[in-house]
Amino acid sequence: MIDREQVHKVAHLARLDLTPAEETQFTEQLNGILGYFEQLSELNTDDVQPTTRAIDVSNVTRPDRLEPCGDRELILESAPDRDVNAQGDFFKVPKIMNAD
Amino acid sequence: MTAATPVKTQYEAIIGLETHCQLSTETKIFSTSSTLFGSDPNTNIDPVCMGLPGTLPVLNQKVLEYAVKAGLALNCQIAPYSKFDRKQYFYPDLPKNYQISQFDLPIAEHGWLEIEILDKEGNPSRKKIGVTRLHMEEDAGKLVHGGSDRLSGSTYSLVDYNRAGVPLVEIVSEPDIRSGVEAAEYAQELRRIVRYLGVSDGNMQEGSLRCDVNISVRPVGTEKFGTKVEIKNMNSFSAIQKAIDHEIERQIAAIEAGEKIVQETRLWEEGAQRTISMRVKEGSSDYRYFPEPDLCAIEVAPAQLEEWRSQLPELPAQKRHRYESDLGLSPYDARIITDDRAIAEYFEATIAAGATPKLAANWIMSDISAYLNKEGLSITQLPLKPDSLAEMIKLIEANTISNKIGKDILPELLKQGGSAKALIEKKGLVQVSDPKVIEAAIDQVIASFPSELEKYRGGKKSLLGFFVGQVMKATGGKADPKLTNQLLQAKLEG
Repeated sequence: MIDREQVHKVAHLARLDLTPAEETQFTEQLNGILGYFEQLSELNTDDVQPTTRAIDVSNVTRPDRLEPCGDRELILESAPDRDVNAQGDFFKVPKIMNAD
Repeated sequence: MTAATPVKTQYEAIIGLETHCQLSTETKIFSTSSTLFGSDPNTNIDPVCMGLPGTLPVLNQKVLEYAVKAGLALNCQIAPYSKFDRKQYFYPDLPKNYQISQFDLPIAEHGWLEIEILDKEGNPSRKKIGVTRLHMEEDAGKLVHGGSDRLSGSTYSLVDYNRAGVPLVEIVSEPDIRSGVEAAEYAQELRRIVRYLGVSDGNMQEGSLRCDVNISVRPVGTEKFGTKVEIKNMNSFSAIQKAIDHEIERQIAAIEAGEKIVQETRLWEEGAQRTISMRVKEGSSDYRYFPEPDLCAIEVAPAQLEEWRSQLPELPAQKRHRYESDLGLSPYDARIITDDRAIAEYFEATIAAGATPKLAANWIMSDISAYLNKEGLSITQLPLKPDSLAEMIKLIEANTISNKIGKDILPELLKQGGSAKALIEKKGLVQVSDPKVIEAAIDQVIASFPSELEKYRGGKKSLLGFFVGQVMKATGGKADPKLTNQLLQAKLEG
């Protein structure tokens, strides 16, 4: 189960700014979800190999062949902000604060 | 009168390297955009590397091949079952807010490479450095700060995602390294290996090879590791060496002064030649890895693995050993010749064409290298081909031409290539080794310089050089120098 402190920490790592009321709310909701998954623990998995995915397919690869996307403008345009000074070539994001 | 000197504590440094190496593929690790360095901002982007909703990454076959080959070359075990994971962190250089990497099941583990360090006398000492793991991952984008990024007035940063999704392997060493020299040599050997394999260009200036260093010090004889500090931002081998040596001194000085070493990341400042702290908040390295659900597992089939293994070239360390033990080169020469695979192959082709290894190595390391540097050429572009170089070396060994004539005709051969023998014949430069011809020239010279002869016979033996020069002049430089010396001395002594 997850406690409030963990919710606060995960929110911080995800750069989410939660109000105390939201922290309480999400702690309850996340516990609801985790509790639901907890039902799986009823099954005996002693003889089951640990698995990392549901579908049993391996080695899906593609050849190293160049196919430029061509939708550069569309991708740049769908971002919240782009730089106007440098011919709009860059994505524009809030200034990154150094940790100090 | 000797005062008791306090016993000074000896320290040793414990060093490990994390190296990121860009793989030389045409396209990104999970999408079909170009990996070309230096493109205009955001020209090599696509919905997959931008993490747009509804897209699915698919692994580039070449990335897997190159990672496995690098793993094999580093004597690693290749995982029978490997997978990708998501490493979560929030930073604008990462469009998806997670990096696709490998966590608990990397493609390769438990390897080693051998470093070789020569002392001042050229004697080698060799050491195996363990390779903990090698895994595949995607690179992040690049943040560009408008103007000075220290400028408080700036409220935004700019992002170029061309590099996002460029394939990397991260290679983690065991903490087996003890000095700056060893670390720099480890990084250089790693670069030689990936270049030999053709899986990376290893260009540090363009960021194709980036090294982060973990370093701690402890008193010699203690078991417990000291507090570990990470150093970043070194973009040359000499910077790696200097940054480490500086950091070792800094940590020892701090310990001696009774200070505590703080676990932190420090940046190497090339200008100031020092490391500075880059405080990072605690807990920021909580990456919450989980298996990447959009990608399938990787199970390299034994037949595939053997095929890739069979494609590995002879590696630099193997060549160094062979050149020393089978070809009789010195460790120094072996090291220079094997540094670049193309040069090593040129050298091998030259000796395969019949040249003596030591002579071939000398010509390649001196005159030919100087020419390549001056002209900015690679040895593969050189008009002088190995068989022609071998031909010239054999002519010298057979005394058909002197070493000096070899040096004289080399510039023309380097520029135009072609047969050394044909050029020598065309220019009439075949060495004169017939004693009768040389003696005739000597007689003529002696007759022309009676006063010098008198001085020589009066004891001024240093005039021998003068007479040799005159005989050479008289024969157009073609007289066999050794024979000329012998015959001349006999005649002068009268």
